Amino acid sequence: MTATIERKPSKRRASAPRGPRESLVSRTMAMAVMGIASLYFLVPLWWLFVSATKTRSDFTTTAPLWFADFALFDNIGALFAYRDGVFLRWLGNSALYAGAGALIATLLAAMAGYAMAKYTFRGRELLFNIVLGGVLVPATALALPLFLLFSQIEATNTFWSVFLPSLVSPFGVYLSRIFAAASVPDELIEAARIDGAGEVRTFFTVGTRLMAPALVTIFLFQFVAIWNNFFLPLIMLRDEELFPVTLGLFVWNSQVSQIPDIRALVIVGALLSIIPLIIAFLSLQRFWQSGLANGGLK
Amino acid sequence: MKKHSVARATALAAFTALVLSACSTGADGGAGASGDCEPAGEPVTLTFTSWLPGVEEAVAIWNEENPDIQVEVQTGPNGNSGTYQNFFNQLEAGNAPDLGQIEFDALPNFRVQDGLANIAACEGVADAESTFIDWTWSQVTFGEEDSVYAIPQDIGPEALYYRADLFEEAGIAVPTTWEEYRTAAEQIRALGGYITNFSQGDVNAFAGLVWQNGGQWFANDGEAWDVTLDSPESIEVAEYWQGLIEDDLVATYPTFTDEWNNGANSGELWSWVSAVWGANTVISGAPDQAGNWAVAPMPQWEAGASAAGNWGGSTTAVFSGGENTYEAAQFALWLNTDPEALASMNATANIYPATVDGGELEAFQGGLDYFGGQAIYEVFAEAGANVNPDFVWGPTMTQTYNDVADGFSAALSGDGTLMDALLAGQEATIAALQAQAIPVQE
Repeated sequence: MTATIERKPSKRRASAPRGPRESLVSRTMAMAVMGIASLYFLVPLWWLFVSATKTRSDFTTTAPLWFADFALFDNIGALFAYRDGVFLRWLGNSALYAGAGALIATLLAAMAGYAMAKYTFRGRELLFNIVLGGVLVPATALALPLFLLFSQIEATNTFWSVFLPSLVSPFGVYLSRIFAAASVPDELIEAARIDGAGEVRTFFTVGTRLMAPALVTIFLFQFVAIWNNFFLPLIMLRDEELFPVTLGLFVWNSQVSQIPDIRALVIVGALLSIIPLIIAFLSLQRFWQSGLANGGLK
Repeated sequence: MKKHSVARATALAAFTALVLSACSTGADGGAGASGDCEPAGEPVTLTFTSWLPGVEEAVAIWNEENPDIQVEVQTGPNGNSGTYQNFFNQLEAGNAPDLGQIEFDALPNFRVQDGLANIAACEGVADAESTFIDWTWSQVTFGEEDSVYAIPQDIGPEALYYRADLFEEAGIAVPTTWEEYRTAAEQIRALGGYITNFSQGDVNAFAGLVWQNGGQWFANDGEAWDVTLDSPESIEVAEYWQGLIEDDLVATYPTFTDEWNNGANSGELWSWVSAVWGANTVISGAPDQAGNWAVAPMPQWEAGASAAGNWGGSTTAVFSGGENTYEAAQFALWLNTDPEALASMNATANIYPATVDGGELEAFQGGLDYFGGQAIYEVFAEAGANVNPDFVWGPTMTQTYNDVADGFSAALSGDGTLMDALLAGQEATIAALQAQAIPVQE
């Protein structure tokens, strides 16, 4: 996933050169490298798409990178029918974990970052450094301690055990602070105060609007992180009804030796599970990209 | 991307396992001494973690018949993909489920960490011994008196899947001994095919071959573990396959991949020594060859013998620390002996039961069209009865598998031999046991 995401901006830069003209040789070289990289990242996606359209028997017997009988819709039908449509439920769970989780995480990060950028209070730098430290700790390393904590309050295997840990984004706080400091002028806040707005209102009417590009970025990052988060649900959840789509597919994939037919469902499921991510990126990318650039110029 | 995070997760999980076990071993035998197993006297709800697809259907039958002992199914990926690590974490946190599915090769690991309840004293459990195939019962008792730590569920007795049509066309007799198997391999290679595939990753399949040869990898005298990956029988098997690899008589695809399926489907691979569950793998992996595959007993080390190996199989274990050991044991016993339950699990997850009568399920009667009408389960029923009952798994199998697989992988790329891999696995296993303060025989 990340692969397709990262490719886009660089391609743009290559095709719309700014500054002094590069030599033909280096341009061709750059294009060649980009081309190979795109191919490298797109072939697995292509394979996934082609495989998802095949019937079970065509899957092992025909060329992996080209179509055979087109059975995509049959496969999708079988996927949604299997085990009373639990896959649809997983998609819904993922949307809820990632959508609501990223929204709240963004709000929390924005408020924290704004406060750290615009107010002086004792311990501000210490707090910020602790948050920065949080950026360095991989989520995987926190999963087990979180499990033990949630066990203490007997809250493992619940919606909250996956949802609550998704609400914090140290990186988001960091980005919010930097962006708030750069893009929300103190004079505007002063003006709002003089006009009689309270601090909360100032934040929501002035602060969040100016920080919008950064907030979209944080939302997107957090959305992808939660959607792809696999280890935390693996440790926390036992109830199939609560699984996000990543864990559900992983569980199915581990049952292939018992029921080889599941293989086809896993592949179609994988294809469907990345579509929301692609949509999120394509629809939000332009927005945050241009926004960030403008913010830098102002 | 996903693969990457799984690898990282596994590495982390392995590390925590070491840390956790280092502080929890030593207090051996604390898990529910036999002699006390009383019903709760009130309605209970049990939790049962399993990765068998559709096991809920069998459980629903039980819930219908036993309103006072309700069972809730929890699910997860198969054991080594994360569920075992979850069990260890849950045991550590004190919120393990009442029952869990555990494969035979992972059982000793839970035993040494005091994760299992001894259910020998529970009503009906000790008497069930004769219901199960000998070797499965010794796996769940660890050969100890008055001890039963799990109820056997399914098994994977092995036989030889082979392309009946190709063998016949080429005029090659279906090999009955490993010597004939090698001769056939040479003839098949001359025709452009491979007799079979040797996979670097399936170390437990290799263990099945050692098991067939009467070999041992582990032994426990009640005090310390004896690690014998280098036993003569084990080395004999390694030398045999090393010879086939060196002479390019076997393919070396990773098993269960598309290219491997393709080999089976295209006629490149002529046979596969595998377990009873492998039938479904063959059927779905080689759809073009319907009617052409057949099943024969495994090749033997001594002509006329009938030893079989085993690959895979699970148990239903009752975890220590639960309050409803009696009810849990009753459910485990029912799940794995009741004909209706077994038939249900066979229908949804293709399990082959560990009971003596396991082969008598209706699903195993008669011929299969895919195998040219052959009644293949008769071969497996016989193999199940011919598995050596003395094979013992060690308490650190995941690590042993990984280390030996690394060595196999090197051997397949020409760096070292399978024998080297076993010796390296031997040393790594002893080190791993010592690191967990599990006593090892010198």
